[in-house]
Amino acid sequence: MSTSTVSTALTEPVAVTAGTILSVRDLWVEYRAERGMVQAVRGVNFDLRKGESLALIGESGSGKTTLAVALIRLLTKTARVPRGTVTYWRNGREVDVLALGAEDLRRFRWKECAMVFQSALNSLNPVLKVWDQMYDTVRYHESMSKDAAWQRSLEVLQMVQLDAARVLNSYPHELSGGMRQRVLLAMGLLLNPQVLLLDEPTTALDILTQRSIINLLRQLKATLGFSTIFISHDLSLAAELADRVATMYAGQVVELGEVRDIFYRPRHPYTLGLLQAVPSLTAGESEMVSIPGSPPDLIDLPSGCKFHPRCTYAIERCRAEEPALLTVGPQHGAACLRWAQVAQDREHVETQRA
Amino acid sequence: MTNEAALLQFERVSRTFTTKRGVVRAVDDVTFAAMPGEVLCLVGESGCGKTTTGKMAAGLVRPTGGRILFEGRDFATMPERKLRVYRKAAQIVHQDPYASLNPIRTVYQTLSVPLLHHGIVRGRTAAVERIMELLTTVELTPPADFLGKYPHQLSGGQRQRVAVARALTLNPRLIVADEAVSMVDVSIRVSLLNMLLRLRDTLGVAFIFITHDLAVAKHFAGRGGRIAVMYLGRIVEIEPAAQLIRDPLHPYTQALLAAVPEADPDLTRNKEKVKLRSLEIPSLLQLPSGCTFHPRCPLFEEGLCDVQRPETVSVGERRAVLCHVVARQMAAAPMGPTTGDGHASDRAVGLDSRRDGPVGSMEVGR
Ligand SMILES: Nc1ncnc2c1ncn2[C@@H]1O[C@H](COP(=O)(O)OP(=O)(O)OP(=O)(O)O)[C@@H](O)[C@H]1O
Ligand code: SF4
Ligand code: SF4
Ligand SMILES: [Mg+2]
Repeated sequence: MSTSTVSTALTEPVAVTAGTILSVRDLWVEYRAERGMVQAVRGVNFDLRKGESLALIGESGSGKTTLAVALIRLLTKTARVPRGTVTYWRNGREVDVLALGAEDLRRFRWKECAMVFQSALNSLNPVLKVWDQMYDTVRYHESMSKDAAWQRSLEVLQMVQLDAARVLNSYPHELSGGMRQRVLLAMGLLLNPQVLLLDEPTTALDILTQRSIINLLRQLKATLGFSTIFISHDLSLAAELADRVATMYAGQVVELGEVRDIFYRPRHPYTLGLLQAVPSLTAGESEMVSIPGSPPDLIDLPSGCKFHPRCTYAIERCRAEEPALLTVGPQHGAACLRWAQVAQDREHVETQRA
Repeated sequence: MTNEAALLQFERVSRTFTTKRGVVRAVDDVTFAAMPGEVLCLVGESGCGKTTTGKMAAGLVRPTGGRILFEGRDFATMPERKLRVYRKAAQIVHQDPYASLNPIRTVYQTLSVPLLHHGIVRGRTAAVERIMELLTTVELTPPADFLGKYPHQLSGGQRQRVAVARALTLNPRLIVADEAVSMVDVSIRVSLLNMLLRLRDTLGVAFIFITHDLAVAKHFAGRGGRIAVMYLGRIVEIEPAAQLIRDPLHPYTQALLAAVPEADPDLTRNKEKVKLRSLEIPSLLQLPSGCTFHPRCPLFEEGLCDVQRPETVSVGERRAVLCHVVARQMAAAPMGPTTGDGHASDRAVGLDSRRDGPVGSMEVGR
């Protein structure tokens, strides 16, 4: 997809090449904790394509936020990346993100890859007006006159459909939750990044506000053409916004595919379990099934496939072997030894749908 | 009009709070009745008054206007001592069991205190026996494994089950569950919901089930239950769950249903959207005139909606709506939408909600 629709004084021209913008290989992240090492991200692989939006779904503690934060190197001091690479493609040239020095890293963050954090309330400074926070961000990353920064701030606030001048002069507490979320989005867009990471962009917002943010994100993506990775425990947000979906379980991407494949043709029992656990609103009666057990202890993980203690498909082999993402269809991978059985069991439902 | 058979009745109940910044109308003129064993789900967005309504139902907050009757008795005027008896019959389960369970008490201690204090059982042996039963009821099995556990040794779902078991210690007839499944992960939520439903079916406990999630409300209400939608302190629509989802009457309910994203890409992306006139949520300190939804409502009619406060209009026996325009439409077509259970009388539109109590009498279809 083209990224050339917007050009501002802030950005260099970006070559419009098809393909990957961010590539993650065998990425591991662990936290030091009292009881031992928390294995928060374990051997994650994926490519983010230009202009696409990739949803990371999974339950609390599955490592979604840690993964995203590792990509922009904002991990806390207690975290460590023992292995893995993150490659960003700048004008067709490879940038090794994990090896960037301080100066390059500053440029990478915000200008190339920006993150909007989980809580809209906490990530704005309560004692600073919106303008001061936006100016700080610009000033830290870019040499720009105050006037130009003001102009750019107005511009991005208009993009998120806010009354820009009024908002710039407001303190965060003077804004509603939905408005704060828009301000954060606008800040993410300030330096016109190629990649936007959104952590739970609509969680804790009212339904009607949530809907307006969803519509806004869809529209921004279409006009600005950036790539997004958005994190959500809410499957319906992925159904709304994602081109592709990655399911995370115990720090690993256990399934990755086009959004319709994930929702209509899931091959990993955990993805299937998540889908069956969500009550549907208008799609008629469907039986809800829960996943037995609870998520694993990340300090003391089960052997083999990390899902085996909860998996109704588990066989003896699953206790010993941890499968990698296996190709289960075009552009569709699942880390399950028994995906073919899942496919067979679902054949009835899936052909009915088709 | 008082409904003899009702377990709980709200009659034009209001609750205001005085804050530094002014008077907040948290609950405004709310009327409904719940029969024994009935499920009533309260849905609405944050700050719409769900929790305050729930707390009043559980006797934890007194109304500042109107009457609340429990088994026909007005508890707003009850002396504190009597109210305590009432509080036994109505129990509340909160959103966050971590905050509501005492961290330094084991499961045994948490459950034995109310049992022994209220004389439900006598002596430790009887207490243990009853607690084992309760833990089995909430599916914490084998129960003996949980007696000595502290809250931090339990998962979120297990803690919520302990909170439910505690609510059951006093054999309540009503449980108010306030966002009781919202903080647990999806994979665990279903079994928690199903467990609560089983309690309704086996123990005959009535539920006021508060949630911001319409799909969860629909599931929990099931066939017999109803959903009440709240907006800025008022119930704007109340009716059997399936009907409300299929055929919502109030413009706000319609907007909500159209806005909810669903976990089905084709369905959710092709949903028909309702366009609101404004996204701003009015402040409870300064409510809009007339119908409080008027600044946002797509059906807004100038000179009517911004001037006159709508009254609840019943549409049949178990269905009521708070809207000038819908009321007019219903009055023009009295044979309009049926209530689903087919009685001819249900189709009449009663404009005089004041005397009849719009939802004062209803049967539970079970
Ligand atoms: N600073 C930290 N120190 C130690 N452990 C941590 C730290 N931050 C996160 N963890 C642990 O790492 C694991 C992954 O956490 P992470 O926040 O990435 O998950 P998540 O998928 O984003 O969850 P949620 O949906 O709750 O936001 C969890 O077990 C969490 O408790
Ligand atoms: S590998 Fe085995 S345990 Fe893991 S998800 Fe597949 S069937 Fe279940
Ligand atoms: S009374 Fe008027 S403003 Fe209120 S919901 Fe009905 S049509 Fe809309
Ligand atoms: Mg997170």
